[in-house]
Amino acid sequence: MTIGDVKEILEADVLLGEDRMDEEVDTACGSDLMSDVLAFVKEKAVLITGLINPHVVRTSEMLDISCIVFSRGKLPGPQILEEAEECGMTVLATNMTTYTACGELYTHGLPGSKRRAAPEGA
Amino acid sequence: MAVLMEKKFPVEAGAYETAGEVSTTIKRTLKQLGVSAEVLRHVSVACYEVELNLVIHSDGGALTLQVEPDKVTLISQDVGPGIPDIGKAMTEGFSTANEEARTLGFGAGMGLPNMKRNATEFDIQSEVGVGTTITMSFALDMKG
Repeated sequence: MTIGDVKEILEADVLLGEDRMDEEVDTACGSDLMSDVLAFVKEKAVLITGLINPHVVRTSEMLDISCIVFSRGKLPGPQILEEAEECGMTVLATNMTTYTACGELYTHGLPGSKRRAAPEGA
Repeated sequence: MAVLMEKKFPVEAGAYETAGEVSTTIKRTLKQLGVSAEVLRHVSVACYEVELNLVIHSDGGALTLQVEPDKVTLISQDVGPGIPDIGKAMTEGFSTANEEARTLGFGAGMGLPNMKRNATEFDIQSEVGVGTTITMSFALDMKG
């Protein structure tokens, strides 16, 4: 699936990265808990979140997440968009709730991120 | 083996606004050195987790990055307060994070186990009233 497909499916506005609609994404993760995102997500993923703060971008940068979708009609402020632009990320905004957005993408064939095996003794 | 690079970055306790900047710098530094995307992601996730732990839980500390020909090592050292029960702290879901950290999307009790999951070698030493030292190394040829 391309980021352009994600945009169409979620009826989303493009806040950043209009020129990156052809980029491929392999998996998705929907969460407001960045702790869980850090534990679950793999590369070429879309992050769907209702959380608005710069740590969403910083967490995504660490994981090489190329596309963030802000759900529930929430819009990020200029600082968040500046940080995302610096990292070359695509940022979308949809009026759908996180649950609905995840459901739509899953139905269209985008699977969830699988977790790495737990370490011994943890 | 010879240390090719060593850099120390101070991390301020409670500095939620700037938390993650050291990890960003470390990630960009390693990328410039040509570290593979896979290894870079493991180092970056563990680095971000440990930096957030310093901001959320410690009385201040520092992160040291060491680069050797076959591995990258991250050392987190703080000046307290120390962890009373490391076994408990290593359990997923156990957290003593405050409300501010939780509001930002952290403090779910995933940090230490996630560091261990991403590092090739992981060691934690802590003494209450003295401080905590976490040493993580990442083999440069690691996969997955």
